[in-house]
Amino acid sequence: MTEVKCPENILEEIRADQLPEKVMAKMAEGYRLSQACAATIEDHLELSYSFAEDNSFQYYTFRILPAEGEEIPSITRICPAAIFYENEMRELFGANITLIALDLQDKMYRIEEVQPFAPEKKEGE
Amino acid sequence: MAKLANFTPTILKNLFSKPATTTYPFEPFKYPEGTRGHIENDIDNCIFCGMCTRNCPTRCLTVDKATHTWTINRFDCLACEYCTVVCPKKCLHTVEGYQEPMPEKSSVTYTMSEEAIAAEAEKKRIAAEKAKAAKEAALKKKAEEEAKAAAEAAAPAAETVAEAAEAAPAE
Amino acid sequence: MAETTAKRSIIPYGPQHPVLPEPIHLDLVLEDEKIVDVLPNVGFIHRGLEKLVQKKDFNEMMYVIERVCGICSFVHGMGYCATIEKVFDVEIPDRAKFLRTMWSEMSRIHSHMLWLGLLADAFGFESLFYQVWRSREQILNMVELHTGSRLISSVNKVGGVLKDVDDDKLKILSKTVDQIEEDMLRVQKVFFEDYSVQSRLKGIGILTPENAHALGAVGPFARASGIPLDLRMRGDNAMPYIDFEPITSNDCDCFARCYVRFMEVLQSIDIIRQCIAKMPADHTLVTPVKGNPQGEAFMRLEQPRGEVVYYAKANGTKYLERFRVRTPTFANLIPLCETLKGESFADLGLLVLSIDPCISCTER
Repeated sequence: MTEVKCPENILEEIRADQLPEKVMAKMAEGYRLSQACAATIEDHLELSYSFAEDNSFQYYTFRILPAEGEEIPSITRICPAAIFYENEMRELFGANITLIALDLQDKMYRIEEVQPFAPEKKEGE
Repeated sequence: MAKLANFTPTILKNLFSKPATTTYPFEPFKYPEGTRGHIENDIDNCIFCGMCTRNCPTRCLTVDKATHTWTINRFDCLACEYCTVVCPKKCLHTVEGYQEPMPEKSSVTYTMSEEAIAAEAEKKRIAAEKAKAAKEAALKKKAEEEAKAAAEAAAPAAETVAEAAEAAPAE
Repeated sequence: MAETTAKRSIIPYGPQHPVLPEPIHLDLVLEDEKIVDVLPNVGFIHRGLEKLVQKKDFNEMMYVIERVCGICSFVHGMGYCATIEKVFDVEIPDRAKFLRTMWSEMSRIHSHMLWLGLLADAFGFESLFYQVWRSREQILNMVELHTGSRLISSVNKVGGVLKDVDDDKLKILSKTVDQIEEDMLRVQKVFFEDYSVQSRLKGIGILTPENAHALGAVGPFARASGIPLDLRMRGDNAMPYIDFEPITSNDCDCFARCYVRFMEVLQSIDIIRQCIAKMPADHTLVTPVKGNPQGEAFMRLEQPRGEVVYYAKANGTKYLERFRVRTPTFANLIPLCETLKGESFADLGLLVLSIDPCISCTER
């Protein structure tokens, strides 16, 4: 029978400015970037960056809850695989990711509506 | 080691055997069993609850309880069979044969037959009468029990009054 | 000594091109006939399917996610149901696990045979293309017999599967699978030893194992560079009961990718035979699931093209808050740009095809 390796996924919540150093540490341990996505939960954004290790099938996710308009540093210089994920997060969700290595200037999906998935802005104040 | 002419035996075999294609539509196509064609409704068993209408992913069904009709727009239907899964009476089923192309979209309506409507009305009437009879019987029973209880309550009181009356002349 | 500087030109390639298999756009920087740099761009099939999560409840959303792609549609449906089952924390019955494994291997056979045919077409060998597609018709007939439809099967449900398979159908499947194996062994010599095939495929599109790991390549694209990454080793569905080893090759070129996918067809036939032999007798198909989902879950499966990641987040209502599909082609696009550097312009269609692109999956 096949030997089964199925460890539990690990989720860690971090701040936006800790992201590059944590990613560098994970890449040094032999992980690769598996996916990065954003989600609009009620009225704020949640970003998830997931890393996978291929010998033990361990899956590690970093969770960032940015404040409105907070700048998130890009990890494309450490991890070139993140180019398309970060462009998509910026174009569809309005996440403020700066200094992406290959910046497609919001023309990746060529949609008419601006940031359709972004959380709704509060009126007034 | 690279070789030449590896494919030649297969080419020669294909040259002298029957073609792989069929001459559809001159030769009718035999669909395998259980293939997904279109949805049909066994309308006489339908209770018009509307579960299929609410759950259809493309919203191609309409149901009207007052006129006993069930309408399907076959051109919008995906044949995903989700309506057959949620139907409580299991009157929806899949029949083979897909929707032929037509110049414009159209809907198909199924109406309940007269006998079935009459049978349903009859069933309702019998059920209503039964309910009424049961309610009357229950009310009657309740009234009887109340009267009995009142009589029992009155009886000891009457007994005490009678005892008091006997005791008084004795003095 | 005179120094010659070669002239550089920038050529837009795609999305419409006679040789290109999928609508992807590449801006190529060419120096005479050699490719020096590549700028990829996607976005021609973006339909915004993930926004439909707000309008369709979590049972109906299965039908939307299945239609993200036509070739890999069964695994998308299975992955959606598996993710929601993980959020609910239920386990499906054993027979459902074996049926799901069997059908996903049938889907893998049909996808790889489609790719082998397109590869033969890309270097001009049309008779081989149709010979492989002729055998592929048999597996599509089997999928139609079992599930009702050739490509988009709609047989998964949160909690199990919807249709059962009796012993007659399993016998017919067993005979068909024997016939397909015989057909594939007959064309094996052509794919692996023919002079014309080898001169077009050997030595082009090299991706070293270090680059493959650093850039995040997945699926047969990574296995052809020697990385034994196959998510079926995680043991989902019926895999703990099946004997199975990932197929790898150390050559790192286009021919290695052709070899890996061809051998995977034969391996899938073997897995189907094991599933038929070990099918449990208990006919329960669905574990009932009550209420609305709450929580989040990540799920990873092995599609014919590589690792697919599903992420679901639910908040207790009947609509999910977020559902995300990260398909393998999305991860393979950056390594593709790395393999294209230094290759000749004439091999471009073949190289883009060698990652098995599926752009409608990439952009949902």
